[in-house]
Amino acid sequence: MAMSPALYARRRRRNRVSIGLALAATAFGLLWLVLILAVLLWKGFGGLSLAVFTQMTPPPGSAGGLLNAIAGSLVMTVLAVAIGTPLGILAGTYMAEYGRYDRLTSVVRFINDILLSAPSIVIGLFIYEVMVARMGHFSGWAGAVALAVIVIPVVVRTTEDMLALVPDTLREAAASIGLPRSLMIRKVAYRTARAGMVTGVLLAVARISGETAPLLFTTLNNQFWSLNLNQPVASLPIVIFQFALSPYNDWQRLAWTGALIITFAVLALSIVARLLASQRKSS
Amino acid sequence: MSMASFAVPSVGNAVVNRNELAEKIAVRNLDFFYGDYRALKAIDVSLYQGKVTAVIGPSGCGKSTLLRILNRMYDLYPNQTATGEVMFDGENILSPALDLNLLRARVGMVFQKPTPFPMTIYENIAFGIRLYEKLPKSELDGRVEHALARAALWNEVKDKLGVSGLSLSGGQQQRLCIARTVAVRPEVILFDEPCSALDPISTAKIEELIDELKDDYTIAIVTHNMQQAARVSDFTAFMYLGELIEFGDTSHIFTSPDDRRTQDYITGRFG
Repeated sequence: MAMSPALYARRRRRNRVSIGLALAATAFGLLWLVLILAVLLWKGFGGLSLAVFTQMTPPPGSAGGLLNAIAGSLVMTVLAVAIGTPLGILAGTYMAEYGRYDRLTSVVRFINDILLSAPSIVIGLFIYEVMVARMGHFSGWAGAVALAVIVIPVVVRTTEDMLALVPDTLREAAASIGLPRSLMIRKVAYRTARAGMVTGVLLAVARISGETAPLLFTTLNNQFWSLNLNQPVASLPIVIFQFALSPYNDWQRLAWTGALIITFAVLALSIVARLLASQRKSS
Repeated sequence: MSMASFAVPSVGNAVVNRNELAEKIAVRNLDFFYGDYRALKAIDVSLYQGKVTAVIGPSGCGKSTLLRILNRMYDLYPNQTATGEVMFDGENILSPALDLNLLRARVGMVFQKPTPFPMTIYENIAFGIRLYEKLPKSELDGRVEHALARAALWNEVKDKLGVSGLSLSGGQQQRLCIARTVAVRPEVILFDEPCSALDPISTAKIEELIDELKDDYTIAIVTHNMQQAARVSDFTAFMYLGELIEFGDTSHIFTSPDDRRTQDYITGRFG
């Protein structure tokens, strides 16, 4: 073989350097993730007890838990998903099925991408203007709507992407037996894309469960048990924010525990989403 | 130059007198456009009742395009237009007023790649039947069985009707798709290269099936495989560069074509 040994040696050297750099970058990125999880466990795990899940947020200096914050977060997340998912799926369905070749679709996709990366504090301010300021007080409803505004673009995007992956041959096969388009979408396209679409909703849940900024301007906080959505409602991110900034030790400990709970809840959701996605590939 | 007759595929069906046959679909002066590109040029061709018509020609000649006009499949996509006439039992199917779903119920299609729906074997068949008829369960079961039997699949799947259609082999999936098409009780069945993704044994089964189906249905088949065209069809249309070069009895096309290009194609000189 007529390969120059010097050339080959140089290529091998360059290969080794490239692999080394790539590994170093990966290790650097993972290091922070591991550190964050380790610190969370270190600081938060000690505070984990039954009281955290059964007692209300305490005043400084006394014992308590995070029940009202956990319940508030759950209720608002469920509401936000309930509002955002149907809208997102319908919009994504329009874009992938009915309006696939329309100009409107590219415009909507562009705007949706902007919304997808919009800073959440801007969404919080927007909902403050259109809901909180008009109603005259902070409320759980405003928080749920703010979170829904974050959910919608995520679901729109994944729905459109997943439906776009449904092969055209399947659509043609459905059309070839005279299936109306609406039935084709419900019975064939959704079935094929289901796992991916559910994954999108789970990712949206993961995204909103840690959001603090939009809640700051909409639900504010509530130290007591209240699921009245016309009133300020407690939520985990806001409680963490408030307690972490406080000078009180027991509040700070609760903040760490809350952070641990959110992080592992999101981690669990992501794992479920991953599992669903891999199921889609194998089926 | 002598005819290279040794290269000519043997023909399966006897010559029939075209004048005695009923025209099921009559294509007249058909042009088709992808945007501005004219993919079909003044096509005239007929599908006869109860006969198999093969459409052959090199890649890109427009044979699939022609087939996809007969059930208006092209309507799913933008910027595709057909002009001319396609008379189906005396009705022009290119008419904008036509109900597409009803047309497609009457003109079924089987595709190149098997396309079972993501549901059970039973549902794959029952789904199409329920679209048009409300039947009691026992009758529906009978129709599903009949369709699967018609597609020579019943014996292989009768014990696993609740299993996903996607779990079948490629050849079985294709027969499931044929059963699905038959279940809707169409009058015409279009086959768009139905065997090109299948192994030889599955291919032979599908060809046998086409031969059986033609008693009840009018059939058109697009194929790259000239032996297949010769084996299964009564009539053959040869297309080249968007034009219909020659149309006639399969035995005539494969033994003494009138056009030089037809002869060159069937003897393998191009394409």
